[in-house]
Amino acid sequence: MKMREVKFVAALALGLVGCAGGVSDDEARARAEQVFRESFTHGNRQMAARVERQDEVQALCSRYRNEPPKDVAEKIEREQAAGIRYPASGKFLGDWRQGERIAQDGYGMRFTDPDTRRPNGGGCYNCHRIAPAEISYGTIGPSLYRFGALRGAGEATQRYAYGKIYDSQAYLACSHMPRFGHNGVLTEEQIMHLVALLLDPDSPVNR
Amino acid sequence: MPFHRLPAAVLVGVLAATLPCICAAQQDTQKEIERYRQLLAEGNPADLFEARGEELWKTPRGPKKASLEQCDLGLGAGVLKGAFAQLPRYFADTDRVQDLESRLVTCRVTLQGIDPAEATRNPFSAPGRPSDMEALASFVAGQSRGMKLAAPLRHEKELEAFRVGEQLFYRRAGPHDFACVSCHGENGKRIRLQELPKLTDPHDAQKIFTTWPAYRVSQGSVRTMQHRLYDCYWQMRHPQMDYTSEASIALEVFMAKYANSGEIQAPGLKR
Repeated sequence: MKMREVKFVAALALGLVGCAGGVSDDEARARAEQVFRESFTHGNRQMAARVERQDEVQALCSRYRNEPPKDVAEKIEREQAAGIRYPASGKFLGDWRQGERIAQDGYGMRFTDPDTRRPNGGGCYNCHRIAPAEISYGTIGPSLYRFGALRGAGEATQRYAYGKIYDSQAYLACSHMPRFGHNGVLTEEQIMHLVALLLDPDSPVNR
Repeated sequence: MPFHRLPAAVLVGVLAATLPCICAAQQDTQKEIERYRQLLAEGNPADLFEARGEELWKTPRGPKKASLEQCDLGLGAGVLKGAFAQLPRYFADTDRVQDLESRLVTCRVTLQGIDPAEATRNPFSAPGRPSDMEALASFVAGQSRGMKLAAPLRHEKELEAFRVGEQLFYRRAGPHDFACVSCHGENGKRIRLQELPKLTDPHDAQKIFTTWPAYRVSQGSVRTMQHRLYDCYWQMRHPQMDYTSEASIALEVFMAKYANSGEIQAPGLKR
């Protein structure tokens, strides 16, 4: 068998042949990577370097279009769960009022956000319904209204909420939700404030 | 008694009682947005951009003191009607796939002798700094109004651009792990109150892709498809996308495949 045939059969075996456009998915992917690198040349080099280099999870989720096979999904979830750093204090609940501000705030890490001293926001309302007073909420994620009231606010739920915000993919591989702790978008303290917004009985989410 | 220990029947009752009110509130919000859109649609400020674009199109400019009237937008030199409806497409003279803005830049450079850097210097307007590209794109798009989008997707390079665009659409990167598909992969979703099209669904794609360029009320200007993509990548925590970059055009070809046969309603009107 010639080398070319071997490659073709291998690609077929992996289910990666999709030949519209005359190229395999692997070739299209390689070409897309090159095009990507050549299309963000005028901005901040550090930012460019960060998006050019996908981490393993990003690369896998891109490849499988967010629907990884079971073994890949389990590997991602296992490894991401192992990377979660829980607060050393053993406490998960911060201040829900500060949590509400963080949930509203979309500031941070865009190329027009030069002030790195200003903390990043979580932008949670972009995708979730949370406190009932805010009617301008998105629907990409599930509603979190009454989260604590419905789930209970015990330590297991606190730990789950902290972990989910820290690294959503520890619970659902290739979730659309950013890995706020894992990727260094939000600090431990900020995540604790968000956990309080969801679980504190006094938070408007649960009142 | 803690809420979560209430009997299931009570919970169902509580949910049943609260759901109609949640839905009603959502419907009211949606109605208000529709009403706002209707008010806006009674006069589209994009008309002014089209008029200015037409003047720019017909006025001799640049070192060659030429107008753009002989620009070949894909249907032959000087053919305006319906040209936008068949973009992006492959152009033999530049040996690449081009969208409207990329092709306008080519014409400004080749016909008018404008320096390429100068031709792409101010693609997105700011207050007090209007952009010729926004006006020209509005004018040319308007010349295909009411026609059906028919991006060719036949030439080898058009098909390759589609495959590259498809890869990019699903490509997750950056501190938020975002890809285009994070927001545009499902029907009926919103960011805040803004509805999001599922761009691989012909129903959504045909309705949305065909409305760019569009006057954006929140920005007080016409914005082009290039700006739409630049703005998406901004929100995705990527660096600024190069104007008329190959990635941007590949994504447009990808979207055009699903939007094809949608009716052009550009320049549109948006939040």
